[in-house]
Amino acid sequence: MRKVAVVGVGETKFSGRQEKTAVELFSEAAMDAITESKLKPRDIQSLFVGNVLGDFSEGQGMVQAFAAESIGAFNVPANKYEGACASASMAVRDAFMWVASGFYDIVLAGGVERAATMGTALATRTFAMFSDARYEYPCGITFPSVFALLAHLYSARYGIPLEKLKTQMATTSVQGYKYGQLNEKAHLRKQVTIDDVLNSFMVCTPLQLHDCCPFSDGAAAVVLASEEVARRLTGKPVYITGIGQASSGPLANQSRYLPRITAREISVKQAYDMAGIKPKDVDIAEIHDCFSIANLIAAESLGFFEFGKAGEAWMKGEADIGGKVAINLSGGLKSKGHPIGATGAGQVYEIVKQMRGEVEPGRQAPEPKIGLTDTLGGDGGTLCNLILQRGW
Amino acid sequence: MEYKLTFKRYDEALRQNKLLGLKCRDCGAVTIPPKMVCRQCASSEIEVVELGGRGKIQTFTVVNVPPEGRESEVPYIIAMVELDEGPWTMGNLDNVDPATATMALIGKRVTMKHKVFPGDKYSAGDSARPLFSLEA
Repeated sequence: MRKVAVVGVGETKFSGRQEKTAVELFSEAAMDAITESKLKPRDIQSLFVGNVLGDFSEGQGMVQAFAAESIGAFNVPANKYEGACASASMAVRDAFMWVASGFYDIVLAGGVERAATMGTALATRTFAMFSDARYEYPCGITFPSVFALLAHLYSARYGIPLEKLKTQMATTSVQGYKYGQLNEKAHLRKQVTIDDVLNSFMVCTPLQLHDCCPFSDGAAAVVLASEEVARRLTGKPVYITGIGQASSGPLANQSRYLPRITAREISVKQAYDMAGIKPKDVDIAEIHDCFSIANLIAAESLGFFEFGKAGEAWMKGEADIGGKVAINLSGGLKSKGHPIGATGAGQVYEIVKQMRGEVEPGRQAPEPKIGLTDTLGGDGGTLCNLILQRGW
Repeated sequence: MEYKLTFKRYDEALRQNKLLGLKCRDCGAVTIPPKMVCRQCASSEIEVVELGGRGKIQTFTVVNVPPEGRESEVPYIIAMVELDEGPWTMGNLDNVDPATATMALIGKRVTMKHKVFPGDKYSAGDSARPLFSLEA
């Protein structure tokens, strides 16, 4: 298996409802990534694109083929990935495997979504399609209600009074906003306090508005190349050194592990083992904070903190710059935003920019060498992790 | 290989307030919602059994923001119930005022009836789901 590097990245601003089509958004991110790689569209041998709800948001299926032509990668094979919110990470992982195998030398991976364009009612309905349509949706399950169930369960399992847990959860939201407001690509750029979180609208008990990420529009793309090609193109290659992916059935069937997400623990172990590193070696992580409680659940299963202790860790600054691991310096899904088909590629974009020292002052980690991405689809149905390492 | 307990059969039974699941002849585990094989050991030696429909609440939430088409239902309570036979299942909670739903619900015992979701333009027809009530 060959070494594979990220040689260029591109990302649109993540935003609320906007007027560009998915093909236009993806094309912008893709061209930025290709141009940054000092390549031309004709150099791209294949496209790997995450897109989840294009049919619902703008009546557009098969966005990947139109995107390939739009950017001038004429007639190359173009595949779409759908694993709910983990789609773009799946795309990057598959793109990695094709380059690692030697089949391709240069490919483009990424994703695009117009989740905000759908509006809250349709987005809430369509996001619920990633729970079980027959055994869960009739109950009225929604994406926030899945994590609301997990929040109450977390409180009960670890014996943390709900009021205390909610303050810990709010702390993670506040940290997300703190960095997101500095990020020019972020969707929600504002300062939010613990009180703001605790006084915001109740979405699904115990999750309030500022416990929840927004529905976002946006796109992100990365160019992957074999080590040999990467050395020709850039002095700053970021190598993908570990990958993991796992699946699970409906939420109720995961009962033996909840509130832990089994698929995450399987996926991230694959990634750690492949890279030959431990959780303590990770400098920066972009993790799937679709909801504040999701931060705690993720960080524990990724091995950063003990089970039931992540909230305390956040409150002590252990998840911040200078702590054990700097988490979501992009603002995370909470503030940077969550265009679901693009989110995982956006995480890779952030890790690469951090390693190159190219993010805005105030949210730059000091010379990070190892980064991890974590993306969750549905209610744990798809989990994907990537480990990236600075190659210079 | 034929699917032993299809949604159609599960749904028809639930409309009679009967909760069907699958019992594994190899390891004894009970699987619900139904699957092709045992949820624990992946054996296909499974048989359809009727479950008691009783259990205790493991977690819950009160939903205030509805999906498209279900605006008239909010607020409503979703509960995850650990059935006496072992597996968990999802349902709604009937005889509790959403305004008074607190952590005290966790651990409470429940019994089951059903309620039919009439379906929407995205779902392939209507379907029943468990409707739990706190045990008297």
